[in-house]
Amino acid sequence: MKTQMSKQKVFISGDEAVALGVRLARPHVISAYPITPQTIVVERLSEMVEDGSLKARYIHVESEHSAMSAAMGASAVGARAFTATSSQGLLYMAEGMHYASGGRMPIVMMNANRSLALPWSIFGDHRDSLSMLDSGWIQVYVEDAQEALDMTIQAFRIAEDAAVLTPFMINLDGFILTHTYEIVDIPDQSKVDSFLPVFKTPNKMSLEKPKSMGFSTSPADNMEFKYQQHKAMLDAKDIIHSVDNKFGEIFGRSYGGMLDSYYCEDADYVLVTAGSVTGTARIAVDNLRSRGIKAGLIKLRYLRPFPDEELRAAAGDVKAIGVLDKDISFGYEGTIFTNVNSALAHLSIRHVSINFIAGLGGRDISIKDIEGIYQDLEEAVTVGKDKSFAKVRYVNMGVEIDG
Amino acid sequence: MLKPEIKNYVTPKHIRDYPTGPSFEAGHLVSINAGWRTFKPVVDINVCTGCYQCYLLCSDGAISKTDNKKIEFDYSFCKGCGVCAHECSFNAISMVKEELAK
Repeated sequence: MKTQMSKQKVFISGDEAVALGVRLARPHVISAYPITPQTIVVERLSEMVEDGSLKARYIHVESEHSAMSAAMGASAVGARAFTATSSQGLLYMAEGMHYASGGRMPIVMMNANRSLALPWSIFGDHRDSLSMLDSGWIQVYVEDAQEALDMTIQAFRIAEDAAVLTPFMINLDGFILTHTYEIVDIPDQSKVDSFLPVFKTPNKMSLEKPKSMGFSTSPADNMEFKYQQHKAMLDAKDIIHSVDNKFGEIFGRSYGGMLDSYYCEDADYVLVTAGSVTGTARIAVDNLRSRGIKAGLIKLRYLRPFPDEELRAAAGDVKAIGVLDKDISFGYEGTIFTNVNSALAHLSIRHVSINFIAGLGGRDISIKDIEGIYQDLEEAVTVGKDKSFAKVRYVNMGVEIDG
Repeated sequence: MLKPEIKNYVTPKHIRDYPTGPSFEAGHLVSINAGWRTFKPVVDINVCTGCYQCYLLCSDGAISKTDNKKIEFDYSFCKGCGVCAHECSFNAISMVKEELAK
């Protein structure tokens, strides 16, 4: 890459970080269709295949549906397969995504989080990936370009583990992460090779031992196969932790496994985030701490499997919890909020919990906005004892709304 | 006959008894596949010339050659589609209602 600064450190965008991570993981097959803001990932990968620095088959497809189908064909017989998409493209893959997870194909996909039409928008929120929470894919949300690169490498190892065999989606906030530039440390190829073993599929294409693949089931067996998928996703939690620890030993960076907590040990007010907004929230927490307010932060790294036990351990003692959702499940509330409350419901204490809907369609979320969220949490604890408070709130709404 | 033999189906007792995902060794048949047939093809061996047109056209590979250069049906897999009877140039094959067939 021309922007190289030294042997190890480069100044690159989040999209380029993913492309470099993919090259280090040595996939056999890449099939993808370009869509803003993912395009740069597949442009870089196609250049790497063209210049020979990545020995992979790059399959030009006519749609995201075909991209997913081609990745499935490759993964089904033991090839390491990668694809990338965003927004409408992700939804066009939806049918294949359930197919891939049901077929236990450990495809790795990068998704550039982007709003869904209508109104048409190329800017970021989490509606695309959250609408695919039930598709049976592992979902991780990264905070910066370094984490994007590192998780691309970790993703293959987690997905291909014999106990997991589940496809893996790496989510980067569109533009905020995909198009901004950061200094990123590039791991040594030899170290990545030792970290990432060769994928051994149970379904190798073989004339000696032919397999019948992707069969149907009657109601007598279908539920068992779906339970298997669920069990593999739950078992993935341990693998996620051990792979993250192993990654830390080899590369000197680890991310806390299922979630990352910041100043939660003695916190009164905790905000739960996913993705790049965590970086902004860290600064807000620093500011509040300097003013003596016991603010804490939980970055949910994985949304599937969901870090319920880790969440209870990190936020068990706080006075109030806020959840920032870059999405609304219309007619109810933010989906992350629903998931968080479900995890907390297993605790004996009942928390004050408030949902903050923010950043829809790329709306900015500032440090000041997040400080305001903590102020809302504080007020809800002191005022909320006497009167009811709004459970779902909208950050930075441009106009007055009733209710 | 290249047809795989019918194997005994062992009912899974534990989730581990299932294969990982819906893939398994090819040709592992545990039941016959002809349950929905209404008419079955019956060949008149005296009329059959052994031209093997039906053998080539059977969509399910349920017709095989016999030693005396005639044909026979594998009723465990024949679906009763009637292509063989329709295509037979010598009218050696007739479709007979299941309960009326011997």
